[in-house]
Amino acid sequence: MWQALYEELAGRNFVVIAVAMDSREGDPLPWIEAAHPTYPALIDREHRLAELYGVVNVPQAVWIDEQGRIVRPAEPAGAYEGFRQMNRATGEMPEETARTTAQAKATYMSAIRDWVLRGAASPHAFAADQARAHLPVLTEDAVLAQAMFRLAQLLRRRGEQAEADRWLAEARRRHPASWCIWRQSAGVNGMGLAAQPDFWERVDALGENRYYAKVDMEGMP
Amino acid sequence: MVTVLTASGEWAAPEAEASNEALWLSGRDAERATGWVAKPEGLCRGEICVPLPAGREQELVRGTRVNVAALWRHLGQPLVRSESGHAWVLGQSARDRAAALESLQAPEFTLPDAAGRPHSLSDHRGKKVLLVTWASW
Repeated sequence: MWQALYEELAGRNFVVIAVAMDSREGDPLPWIEAAHPTYPALIDREHRLAELYGVVNVPQAVWIDEQGRIVRPAEPAGAYEGFRQMNRATGEMPEETARTTAQAKATYMSAIRDWVLRGAASPHAFAADQARAHLPVLTEDAVLAQAMFRLAQLLRRRGEQAEADRWLAEARRRHPASWCIWRQSAGVNGMGLAAQPDFWERVDALGENRYYAKVDMEGMP
Repeated sequence: MVTVLTASGEWAAPEAEASNEALWLSGRDAERATGWVAKPEGLCRGEICVPLPAGREQELVRGTRVNVAALWRHLGQPLVRSESGHAWVLGQSARDRAAALESLQAPEFTLPDAAGRPHSLSDHRGKKVLLVTWASW
């Protein structure tokens, strides 16, 4: 998904760093191989970016300028939750939902392009006070949950699965907003996706709340 | 063998002594893993020194050894350990993380690619970076 954008803009002093939030290091490898990325494709088995940037779901993006300053804090990277209206038996999406989903992605991609070309003059680049206002809220429970998640991954690698599962359960409880923690520690279906009935139950329980937070950008649904 | 996970990574501490409440590291291991060192003025990390609480000096420092678990509690930082005491995570509080983000300086990280080669955010200073997460799940 990011290779084309990177190729288009690589001459413009721009780089994509894609990070797989995957605790079992082997899991993202087939995907990376298939994408042939020429930008850095990294693996974050401990979900360190969740601690550092407040990432709670994928795909989320952070825009960082040439001086290493955050221009847009972690937000859904053009993702729209059209999948919630999908027919779960057939996988079919209502036409209008599919259109909205595609439009969300295109809008976000155009915004990245505009920022890369125009820098701070782009309306999509937040000024410092705006960027601060969009920072994710970190709670002590959330950071403790990330510490528990890290501990669980170490224990799992050492074969101490039962104790790892206890820490993961506690991490889920303390940081319910993190889909990264929840899905990483959930069972997977035949396609390797954490989309078993318990996932859909949890998504349905959101009701009017978003699965992907609304992106504060003109034209985003 | 005790493993300590900190902001700077994963550290093996062969000389560590762990109990329910305490994690004593050699001065060298404590500094490598946490950056904190015992000095005459207290426990120091870079320019910052924290005086040892009166009457509780022995709880935190013995010679060059540091009880990093007691230090973490004293600093109000999050701490979790495995039931065996062989694995510890010394975290950073939400307050400190939020303050770091408020500066808008993108937090530095180093992560491996598929071949295991480490990459750091700071390798790309001078370029615009789209940092984007995904997952196989």
